[in-house]
Amino acid sequence: MTAPREAPAAREEYGKPLPQPTDVSQPFWEGARAGELRIQRCRDCRQHVFYPRSMCPLCLSERLEWVTASGRGKVYSYTVIRRAMHPGFQADLPYVLAIVELEEGPRLTTNIMAAEPEDVSIDMAVEAVFEDVTPEVTLVKFRPSEAK
Amino acid sequence: MTLKHKAAITGVGELKPARGPEGKTALGVLAEVSRLAMLDAGLTPRDIDGLLVGPPMAETGQMWPSILAEYLQLRPDYANVVDLGGASACGMVWRAAAAIDAGLCRTVLCVSGDVFDVESFYQPRGGRPARLPWREFESPFGPMGVNSGYALIAMRHMYEYGTTARQLAKVAADQRTNANANPDALFGDRPLTVDDVLNSPLVCDPLHLYEIVLPCTGGAAFVVTAPEQARESPQPPVWLLGAGEHASHMLIAQAPSLTTSPIAVSAAKAFEMAGVGPKDVDLVSVYDCYTVTVVVTLEDAGFCPKGRGGPFVEEHDLTYKGDLPLNTHGGQLSFGQPGLAGGASHVTEAVRQLQGRAGDRQVRNCEMAFVNGNGGIMSEEVSLVLGRQS
Repeated sequence: MTAPREAPAAREEYGKPLPQPTDVSQPFWEGARAGELRIQRCRDCRQHVFYPRSMCPLCLSERLEWVTASGRGKVYSYTVIRRAMHPGFQADLPYVLAIVELEEGPRLTTNIMAAEPEDVSIDMAVEAVFEDVTPEVTLVKFRPSEAK
Repeated sequence: MTLKHKAAITGVGELKPARGPEGKTALGVLAEVSRLAMLDAGLTPRDIDGLLVGPPMAETGQMWPSILAEYLQLRPDYANVVDLGGASACGMVWRAAAAIDAGLCRTVLCVSGDVFDVESFYQPRGGRPARLPWREFESPFGPMGVNSGYALIAMRHMYEYGTTARQLAKVAADQRTNANANPDALFGDRPLTVDDVLNSPLVCDPLHLYEIVLPCTGGAAFVVTAPEQARESPQPPVWLLGAGEHASHMLIAQAPSLTTSPIAVSAAKAFEMAGVGPKDVDLVSVYDCYTVTVVVTLEDAGFCPKGRGGPFVEEHDLTYKGDLPLNTHGGQLSFGQPGLAGGASHVTEAVRQLQGRAGDRQVRNCEMAFVNGNGGIMSEEVSLVLGRQS
């Protein structure tokens, strides 16, 4: 699901660390740009793999394929950051840094958006949102799932 | 293979941690503690034929063993950097013993230290890029260094096991009581209660300010030597009885579990080699970058069942006078964290206690210690059992 897009900041105005995609990870970042959470799956052992790798760390197969994940998961753990280590995050304080476990299995580091820190809890159902932070870069963040 | 009784620690050298750089350089610190350790062991540079160095974080440098060997005019036959984060010092102990047992060398100087300058600490490191997974998949979301990693561990531990903030704070308070008996501890001159910890600001939930280690300037070195040399040393030798190592991740999101660490493997290996268990040790000297680190360590090393670490630290007196003396130097939370030498402080304190040289905080009848070094975010673990008897 894609969040309403606001005009992203220019790269120099953004002021926070930006990813520097590699040849291996490029499809992930292209997916995020297109509003999809793309992760890898091993064609041989069928395990999902994240972060992007050149080989399956379970069976060493190089036959990894890109699949679009559901974007659904749950909060595995979270913390409320109350002091910024990087000055770019000062204006966001306090904010939620979380590990989300995807339905497909892998876990990733992200932020939980559209929720007050006190409303976040472990095992809470969340879904991916795609935040265009610069004209080039979209970050995959999460928000509480819509009630079904 | 066993390393039991294959080597002993015969000398230690350590600086009193300082909050600022105090005009020191990293190399200067490494040299200073090396000198103290050699003097303590009754040795000269000519007696050293092995050298293990933990790379200082404050300064860029390569080939630290060569840099330090040149400064001290050492001529090692075996030299290496040991880069296991906070587990480096414990890793050096068994690496030295293994090299000695293999006949590569007889006496290994193990050194770490750092200079801390708050002005430069938060500056980006210049020079070459680090095209590593954490830069691509973690930094964009604003982690607070490793603080947030341990906060994620603590939050999950509370969720799975009902661990409370008060239980975690007890670790910091008991360790402060120990620091109050250690003239070298950075915070040795002031008390700290459980309520003080809980009333300190939340930095990243659920961790409060006083549950978080303070980086500082300092260093530590120790000498590991072969049995025949050890028996001639001026101080009582402290024997390596068991060692185990295990690593599992770097990014906390990649950890197989947030609440069970690689210590579950490393400690079991160390105890098995030593032929003893948690109930046999008189001193626990374990890495404590955060309060939760100690709780997870006690569980994974088998001092209590998984998930019972919170009640366990509440039920036991962790001071040097208590029923389970733990981090009697104050732990890094109260002693300070001089870079990788923070991890070494758990080794040097165990040595001093086992030698009966711990002053006002001496644990009575201290015969055996469990020591743990922890690198990264409970990523890389080295467990040791050290003892006075050969």
